Amino acid sequence: MKLIELTEVSKIYDETIVPVRAVDNVNLQIDKGEFTAIVGPSGSGKTTLLNLIGGLDKPTAGKIFVDGTDISTYKEDELINFRLHHIGFVFQAYNLIPVFTAKENVEFIMLLQNISRDEREKRAIDFLDAVGLKDRINNFPTELSGGQQQRVAVARALASTPSFVLADEPTANLDSVSAESLLDLMEELNFKHNMTFIFSTHDEKVIRRAHRIIQLRDGKIEKDITSKSNYPINS
Amino acid sequence: MITYIKLAWRNLWRNKKRTFISAASVFFAVILSLIMRSMQKGYYDYMIDSSVRLYTGHIQVHGKDFWEKRSLEESMYYDEALIQRLKENKNIFEIIPRLETYSLISFGKVSKVVQVNGISPEVENNITRLKEKIVEGSYLEDNSEGILIAEGLSKLIGVDIGDSVVLYGQGLHGITAAAVVPVIGIVKFAIPDQNKSFTYLSLRYSQELFSAYDRITSLSILLNDADKIESTKSSLKNYFDDSHEIMDWAELSPELVQSIQIDNASGIIMLGILYVVIAFGIFGTIVMMTAERIKEFGILISIGMKKRKLALVTTLETIFVSFIGVAAGALISIPILLYLEKHPIPLTGETADAILAWGFDPIIPFAFYPGMYFAQMWTVLAIAFVSALYPINFIRKLKPSTALRG
Ligand SMILES: Nc1ncnc2c1ncn2[C@@H]1O[C@H](COP(=O)(O)OP(=O)(O)OP(=O)(O)O)[C@@H](O)[C@H]1O
Ligand SMILES: [Mg+2]
Repeated sequence: MKLIELTEVSKIYDETIVPVRAVDNVNLQIDKGEFTAIVGPSGSGKTTLLNLIGGLDKPTAGKIFVDGTDISTYKEDELINFRLHHIGFVFQAYNLIPVFTAKENVEFIMLLQNISRDEREKRAIDFLDAVGLKDRINNFPTELSGGQQQRVAVARALASTPSFVLADEPTANLDSVSAESLLDLMEELNFKHNMTFIFSTHDEKVIRRAHRIIQLRDGKIEKDITSKSNYPINS
Repeated sequence: MITYIKLAWRNLWRNKKRTFISAASVFFAVILSLIMRSMQKGYYDYMIDSSVRLYTGHIQVHGKDFWEKRSLEESMYYDEALIQRLKENKNIFEIIPRLETYSLISFGKVSKVVQVNGISPEVENNITRLKEKIVEGSYLEDNSEGILIAEGLSKLIGVDIGDSVVLYGQGLHGITAAAVVPVIGIVKFAIPDQNKSFTYLSLRYSQELFSAYDRITSLSILLNDADKIESTKSSLKNYFDDSHEIMDWAELSPELVQSIQIDNASGIIMLGILYVVIAFGIFGTIVMMTAERIKEFGILISIGMKKRKLALVTTLETIFVSFIGVAAGALISIPILLYLEKHPIPLTGETADAILAWGFDPIIPFAFYPGMYFAQMWTVLAIAFVSALYPINFIRKLKPSTALRG
């Protein structure tokens, strides 16, 4: 089932003397249930592409369909609302509100969605349980390890019942053990709940875990490999 | 909403030291300005009260045009029954009748023009404590036919107790008023003008001398509560017809009003400067709180927090910083000001003597008005709202993709 479709999407930054084609005429389709990595060297446009898909940025040209609607025409407020209800975000760092506990952080996004208090509380506990943090629900981010913080971010993303989760280098700040276990968690959620994950990464080990690998270079898709058992990427 | 309040409150304490310093600066500004205002207001109240007590009263009733022409022709009928009725008004503390006119006073070869005040001795003393100002001789009684002379005047014309002076002037309707009057007392005034020109007769005797039988030139009215001036004035209008004029102390002493206004303006300018400093303190804190959270703002907007809600949180933060300071300052200043109001700071030394010489007590008086607190609240609230515009505008312009890149 088609979840995301990009047709001839470009993002050009021309604040500099030479315009930068951060995303250059990309056509891409991502289906429900994918577990996809966006890879490529630094500056190849991974973040830019994810931001476009996530409605954090508008394309210079082209159309972006998410769940069948063209978000490239949305106004700022509509985009915020769209993100709130359709997309779960996990960022590289500073994901959580530092003055809120794990549970409060997960509840917060549901508050933004106007979900009732009881429901918020119940779901927050359920999802924190699902990411393996049942006994850390009342800890503040500073009391959690980097890996645990990323798990809270994943729980928060899932608690908003999004159509898919976008994660820009979610493991970049983690040691390899934590990175592996975060990937395990994401893969498990992908498998059990058919939750779509799209993540960018530099990390060879993380790349190997992806079911589909989209490799960018200079804003263009260089390779697009869909195979769970085949990991021949040499970037 | 509770969550947003909680968020704002906790954000405030992320940098405890900084929040504490900004709140403390507001706190000290509030205390300082409250004490300053209290002192100013206390001083004004004291000046007004003294002036009102020593002379004008809160309200005066005259015959029409008396205040301008100062002649017995504009005197009014002294209706004792009416005064008794007026005294039933709860706001009215005392009503002082006077017959004021001018006359020539002569002793030996020296003559001077003096102000002759016909007074009701007991009522007058109740209010102006005239009896305490006697330095020689005795005070007047209702039927006295003697005269009290100001100390400076007695020296000018060289009279003493037991001497008699000649009063020569014009009574009502131009009838000549002349009498030989024994000096029974000398009164000393702090204010030089008064000390060189005031004389007192009993009201009854002065009415007789100036052929102004049953007439007075003014009724000075003292109120229990100076805030009731307007309402008392308008209720007095029911008792006095158009041939009278009813004036309050501000109309009677425009110089006093003016000097208070000037002093007050300078006080407000001082406060203004103080608050500009405070405003920069608050603003600086807010700017820093904004700058160090750009990524966090970016993430919140990315995950779907409306900019309006985020702006609400930052506004709450601003209001909280400011109001911790105001609340603490206001609370702590209440006992301080109440104490100072009851125990004004005594002055000593030359300043004290100088003030004493002007007939005032050598103290720094303080006033306590709830209104002073509201002024502080509004000022700080205004500063908070203006400062809050900074993060509001910042958030309005924030693009999540750029914010996330930091
Ligand atoms: N706001 C911007 N203004 C100008 N150029 C930009 C802007 N954002 C990104 N770029 C440029 O666009 C290109 C793609 O950047 P992007 O951040 O998407 O790369 P990336 O693949 O995510 O890199 P990294 O692996 O370092 O995160 C880069 O050349 C970058 O310099
Ligand atoms: Mg990137």
